[in-house]
Amino acid sequence: MTAFLPLSAAIAEHVHDGDFLALEGFAHLIPFAAGHEIIRQRRRELTLLRLTPDILYDQLVGCGCARKLIFSWLGNPGVGSLYRLRDAIEHGFPHSLELDERSHAAMTVAYAAGAARLPMGICRGYAENALERVNAKAHQRLDCPFTGERLLAVEALNPDVTILHAHQADRQGNILMRGILGVQREIALAADKLIVTVERVVDRLARTADDCVLPHWIVEAVCEVPHGAYPSYVFGEYARDNDFYLKWSDISKSREAFQQWIDRHVLATQDHRGFLDSLRSELGTRA
Amino acid sequence: MNAPEPTGGELTPTEMMTIAAARLLVNYRVCFVGIGIPSQAANLAKRHHAPKITLIYESGTIGVSPGVVPLSIGDEALASTAESIVPMGELFGCWLQAGRIDVGFLGAAQVDRFGNLNSTVIGDYARPEVRLPGAGGAPDIAAFAKSTLVMIRHEKTKLVPELEFTTSLGYLDGCGARKRAGLSGGPQAILTDLAILRPESQSQEFVVDQIYPGITREQIRDATGWDVRFAEHCREIEPPSPEELQCWTRLRNETIEARQRPSAVISGPPAERR
Repeated sequence: MTAFLPLSAAIAEHVHDGDFLALEGFAHLIPFAAGHEIIRQRRRELTLLRLTPDILYDQLVGCGCARKLIFSWLGNPGVGSLYRLRDAIEHGFPHSLELDERSHAAMTVAYAAGAARLPMGICRGYAENALERVNAKAHQRLDCPFTGERLLAVEALNPDVTILHAHQADRQGNILMRGILGVQREIALAADKLIVTVERVVDRLARTADDCVLPHWIVEAVCEVPHGAYPSYVFGEYARDNDFYLKWSDISKSREAFQQWIDRHVLATQDHRGFLDSLRSELGTRA
Repeated sequence: MNAPEPTGGELTPTEMMTIAAARLLVNYRVCFVGIGIPSQAANLAKRHHAPKITLIYESGTIGVSPGVVPLSIGDEALASTAESIVPMGELFGCWLQAGRIDVGFLGAAQVDRFGNLNSTVIGDYARPEVRLPGAGGAPDIAAFAKSTLVMIRHEKTKLVPELEFTTSLGYLDGCGARKRAGLSGGPQAILTDLAILRPESQSQEFVVDQIYPGITREQIRDATGWDVRFAEHCREIEPPSPEELQCWTRLRNETIEARQRPSAVISGPPAERR
């Protein structure tokens, strides 16, 4: 049965040092509140999985939570570098990071294979793919048994825990999400455990036939966290704070400025509500 | 490089590059857009002369009309205007790898004379001097779109004789090597902030085809890491028309304004505790 828990309790119970975690969201529905709670609870040695590690993974890596990163594109889309991630890869600060790097196409088939509990996914391969050379552990060539075509086999991905953010849960724990869903369904089904933060818990989901509903019996825990995806967005609820994304470069460029920001807005606050109040008061001071 | 730059009257070289790229996009084509300047060029084309172009972003949003230039590849304006939103696995498998994309945009940190691209690392892979974003959708766009357009700033450290890592394939080492490797398509142009380069038909080496107004051949030679050649018919590109300029200026200003709008989540009064 799905448990309804405060976010801090869900992280304490289900996320452990050394776990293999996916906090997914392709520019949309990024579970920031959950990531910040992992930072507050000082988890260590995590393997972090995501197509596009963005600001949230910059923060987790900068805070020393991660040992390994599995990814296909790391950057702040439209803005530039993720400086904490670069510092870890280029200089080993706060410590070094093992990489398992693939392309978006390879990642999507690895997620789908993980969801289906198959050992590998298949994409159309092509010659001279340099990622196969630097990451042979995850990529192998395969001849199609029907046509002989040379294909690319990609190792499946199955995290211990996937954390997603969604629009609504009903009181049974059925989850509704809509808009850009990227790889959310696949990664929900690929994990041993699924935790979902939601904007609100409702008696009846406000759904239409084509909204994505994850059934309650695959959901381990639901946590109600309004604005839990901020500064990313929830389609139809609130907009992406592009201004925040633009400003992140200045915060993450230096180790000191980053640590001050984390101390003030994440570690010194109790929960996501406290985090938002802290940003609001900083904005008020500046205005 | 990524955000539209506010300017006075004169166009910046980057803006000329945006307009030049927009001109290469036409109605009824299916275009796989990337973030940054490609996204500016694609939205300018849609507003200015190609309203019937289909723009696809890698978030799975097909047939979008976002109005302003989105900052990320998954902004709400893409979702709310898309003709269809598909899962990413479907986008890369059933749309890109299945051959349904006419033109794909690619950016990179480095390009060589055959249009191969590096967006992974500068220096050693395991301990790089500069860690770049990595592959994303690029290698598959480079391999499976029917054609691609490369956009890159024209600098010696970017147009290089040899890549430090080959993330995405152009014409490999030229003279039909791409085709022999089993791939069709390939880059039809490299657009920089000084010029447009196109592949020679036999060697498939990129040579300067058009030069932006006010730019000299010497400037281009100095900013290119290999001994760059100029096509026989090489000439100056048509300067932007008043309509192009007006359309671009409006798109740019509306985009800047939209990005600076404060978020309602943290600028309003605190929400009531539920």
